[in-house]
Amino acid sequence: MNGQRLVIAIPRGALFAETLDWLDGLGVRTDEVRANDRKLLFSDVGLITMRPSDVPTYVAAGAADLGITGKDVLMEQSDDAVSSGGRDVYELRDLGYGRCRMVMATRDGPDPASAALRRLGVIRVATKYPRVAARYFDDTGRQAEIIEVKGSVELAPLTGLVEAIVDLTATGTTLRENHLVVREEIAESTARLIANPVAHKLKAAAIDDLLERARAL
Amino acid sequence: MIHPIPSGTRDVLPDEMRELRAITEAIREVFGTAGYGEIYTPALEYETVIGRANGGLRPAYRVFDENGSVLVLRSDMTVPIARVVATRYASAEPPHRFCYFAHSYRGVRPARGQPREFLQAGVELIGAPAPGGTAEALTVLCHALDAAGLRRYRVGLGDATLYPALLDSLGVAHDKRDALLAELARGDFVGLEHGLRELELGEQAIKLLLEVPQQRGGGDVLHGPAGPVADAVAGLRAIRGLLEPEVAERVIFDLGLSRAPGYYTGAVFEVYDPALGMPLGGGGRYDNLLGEFGHSLPAVGFAIGVDRLHIALAAEERL
Repeated sequence: MNGQRLVIAIPRGALFAETLDWLDGLGVRTDEVRANDRKLLFSDVGLITMRPSDVPTYVAAGAADLGITGKDVLMEQSDDAVSSGGRDVYELRDLGYGRCRMVMATRDGPDPASAALRRLGVIRVATKYPRVAARYFDDTGRQAEIIEVKGSVELAPLTGLVEAIVDLTATGTTLRENHLVVREEIAESTARLIANPVAHKLKAAAIDDLLERARAL
Repeated sequence: MIHPIPSGTRDVLPDEMRELRAITEAIREVFGTAGYGEIYTPALEYETVIGRANGGLRPAYRVFDENGSVLVLRSDMTVPIARVVATRYASAEPPHRFCYFAHSYRGVRPARGQPREFLQAGVELIGAPAPGGTAEALTVLCHALDAAGLRRYRVGLGDATLYPALLDSLGVAHDKRDALLAELARGDFVGLEHGLRELELGEQAIKLLLEVPQQRGGGDVLHGPAGPVADAVAGLRAIRGLLEPEVAERVIFDLGLSRAPGYYTGAVFEVYDPALGMPLGGGGRYDNLLGEFGHSLPAVGFAIGVDRLHIALAAEERL
């Protein structure tokens, strides 16, 4: 079963540069990917590039054998509510880079979220991670109205749409610039190497070889 | 007029039905030749009866009947057949061999190959202990897939007791075990490592607990580990010894294989095909399930997802 070719889904965006460096370290050729901004499919080196949130989709369907994406994406797409014991993707390694925190933040000054909870019984929360946010407020026993936004989440509390946001922050600069402060930390996120469960069995030799090279880094 | 149907269900029209029939007829022939009698049970069961199965899947659909009893749509055929054997075959001489072609229902997120109503072709071999019964089930499984015309498939074979035994031997408390087993079932090795590190087990133990479940491949996997997993590995070796070569060459030994539902008590297996990102069938031993219905017998069975098999066959045609 040697000579198996792996297809690896890699995320464009914040994790892109470090992912390419990591692949370089494994001996995967990335020069063509680096040279091509528009091209998506690099079949001679087995790489495909996409949005980070699409990586689990391609890997779960087996269109890619392996993928790299943030834990934040995996948390948002994991479906514990309706799972029947199945699993979409395996999570093989914490790659350590792309470190950031999933936080609950509000405007600075007196905490508007706890005021809303005390007086109105519900916190309104804007987020790009509705499942993570809903699960977090459920788990902490607070009623929250989750409002999914696609663009800048920071805008929502400033305009009075919501009292709080749940979002990802690395340095906290964007939050600070918008007069937002972190009230609660929900989770920490780093880049993860994921695998299709079937590929993990059928291409075991190739995947283990790659993991072995990664361990040597 | 367009009239909708529930999410995760679909209509099968004649072109597709012809192809599905060709698959199920080929499989029915194999099951029949191997001595498995076809049975059918009601799609609706009493929740209190089906709920006797410890570790069974939680039913996704419930309704009330006219007396106020809670009825559920079955989520597999194994539990209903255990009920039938305890009820109707209590005094008959085992082993019992049954096969079925029937729909079951689960509350999954609908996707290709993952509907909420799905057709399974499967067998239950009741009253035949390991390793002989398991080897027979694997043989019938491979013959059925061969007869359907699938060429590239492999069968992953592991043991549901292996990892729990390993955790026990290293002194992991029972209340911590379930969370770790859930991480393994999800294939979350990062989460598994985090969970293990919290237990302060020592580097040697953590290394073992992380490496063993990632061992998968040919027979060499069975030579490595001794000690706490020896029983499970010896069981796998005994099964291999009973398989005919055409079946044995399909098998991938997988020390980390874990399968829902939770009633498996020994060997478990799954069918993989490169055309499909998910297993297209699977099964295992459930030696305690019949006992929960008051008629204790060792048993093994498997189910093939007919829709998934159809998808894999269609992909092979394009090669």
